[in-house]
Amino acid sequence: MSEKTYKPGNYPDLPPPPGTVGVYGWIRQNLFSSISNSLLTIISVVLLYYLIDGIIGWFFLDAVFDADSKIACRKIDDGACWAVITRRVGQFVYGFYPEAERWRIDITFLTMFVAFAPLLYPDIPKRKWLLYFSLFYPFFAFVLIMGGYFGLQKIEYSLFGGFMLTVILGVCGIVCSLPLGILLALGRQSNLTVVRTLSVCFIEFMRGVPLITLLFVASSMLNYFLPPGTNFSILVRVIIMFTFFSAAYIAEVIRGGIQAIPKGQYEAADALGMNYWQKTRFITLPQALKISIPGIVNTFIGLYKDTTLVVVIGLLDPLGIGRAALADTKWNGLSTETYLFVALFFFVSCFAMSRYSLWLENKLNTDKK
Amino acid sequence: MVVNKNKSSKPVIEIKEMHKWFGNFHVLKNISLGVNQGERIVICGPSGSGKSTLIRCINRLEVHQQGDIIVNNVELTGDLKNLEAIRSDVGMVFQSFNLFPHLTVLENCTLAPIWVKKLPKKEAEELAMELLTRVKIPEQALKYPGQLSGGQQQRVAIARSLCMQPKIMLFDEPTSALDPEMIKEVLDTMIELAETGMTMLVVTHEMGFAKKVADSVIFMDEGEIIEQNDPKNFFNNPKNDRTKLFLSQILNH
Repeated sequence: MSEKTYKPGNYPDLPPPPGTVGVYGWIRQNLFSSISNSLLTIISVVLLYYLIDGIIGWFFLDAVFDADSKIACRKIDDGACWAVITRRVGQFVYGFYPEAERWRIDITFLTMFVAFAPLLYPDIPKRKWLLYFSLFYPFFAFVLIMGGYFGLQKIEYSLFGGFMLTVILGVCGIVCSLPLGILLALGRQSNLTVVRTLSVCFIEFMRGVPLITLLFVASSMLNYFLPPGTNFSILVRVIIMFTFFSAAYIAEVIRGGIQAIPKGQYEAADALGMNYWQKTRFITLPQALKISIPGIVNTFIGLYKDTTLVVVIGLLDPLGIGRAALADTKWNGLSTETYLFVALFFFVSCFAMSRYSLWLENKLNTDKK
Repeated sequence: MVVNKNKSSKPVIEIKEMHKWFGNFHVLKNISLGVNQGERIVICGPSGSGKSTLIRCINRLEVHQQGDIIVNNVELTGDLKNLEAIRSDVGMVFQSFNLFPHLTVLENCTLAPIWVKKLPKKEAEELAMELLTRVKIPEQALKYPGQLSGGQQQRVAIARSLCMQPKIMLFDEPTSALDPEMIKEVLDTMIELAETGMTMLVVTHEMGFAKKVADSVIFMDEGEIIEQNDPKNFFNNPKNDRTKLFLSQILNH
């Protein structure tokens, strides 16, 4: 190729050499950059074809979606027997909540998204009005789920179960543990000795004890520590334990965020005459929380999945329901289908949280706009 | 040379026999210094000489252990009320800008006026735009600090301090972190500020700025004020050997 000459200062911007950009360039660089790489690509494509073929066959093409029992399933086809799920989907979702009252759970669940929208998406239109609803929502949800007011039938806690139980435990735990975690993180950094010591003790104790121990304490011993006459239901006690446990982790994650803020930020705020609470609200927390988003969401996801541990104290979360289904002689041996279904539910919820956190990180990234 | 018509003999800062230690290290030794209203003082000296620490003591970012510091007739003590009052009267510009990266330029400028001075939001924004115009970057008001050049960031930092309408401005090596081509825009802003009659204490190595603006130049070394003089005598007839050595080092390279 002949090199053209230009006068100094007149060299134009030339396009990149062909085959280095675009789809063709990407394929060439990433899939067929050398002979061994090309071979690997071809082998992988062939393997993927057989794997996906088998998976789709088992999951969908050869699967049975309705039958009376496992044996009936096998007579129809040899793929997955989803009948164990479809026949018991009500239990998986609502536990033993009375069938006639399940609309109350549906409404609570759907309005939950309306209540969360203004908290999760700051740019939403009419945010102020929606925030009032968010404030009102916990009472609304409590009344609707528990009943006993406005002519709604009172439902016992012991009937709660399934995904509904997971969502109640997870959402309450997440919503309560974030503010508590922030307070603990601030407390741990405080100049007041008493506040700092109390925060450190709380955090270290909660982090140092297995969650399952705390759940046993909640189910059997918590009433000894509370003033006589108080009698929380087991559900509230479990929520308190989940909240405390994940608040301790969140506090440490946020402390990491607080410590990552350069000292100059505080000096600038000090020099402008801001007091402690102004600094905390406008300088420390916005920056510390932004840095801590991945860690906080990590803790939330952990908490959400840990709600399955309540099965050891006799609450019927989806895994409990699944085990009950498997104990039924009709469905004996369908553990793959059952656990895959439960896993899918958890995966969808956790993946959504993870994507939301990525979106939020991107949105708050003010350096690269 | 910027002629100073605003200088008066009314002292706004009085430091008397002040000492400070970092642990066992005696960083400031027997500092006495008076600054009159409208006076422009440049402090220079080798690194580690305590010049930054000295001006950081004036708004109590550093706490002195002995002696008195009186700013605007209020003595600096541990009393938080006094401290916040003094801090909103004393602006400070840092070497590393220290803008709040999560807030826009405009929000950086209005945050303290709104919450510390309780200015209505609209007024605070008008004032901020006026000052951003003065430092010549009103068009950047809605950007974030991370999107600006170093020189622009430092000018925003100056505007942010001015939004509190301070009586005294402290500059802690405002141009040391800047690329050479950006130093001038910041120094020009500071010169314009000097022309408005602001009381200024400037820690800097920019001797051209000192010659042009300062009423008085202080040389510090090892925690002591070695020499203080008007710029003409300071640069032409330095008395102390250490001052001579320092000037020869920074002027002849």
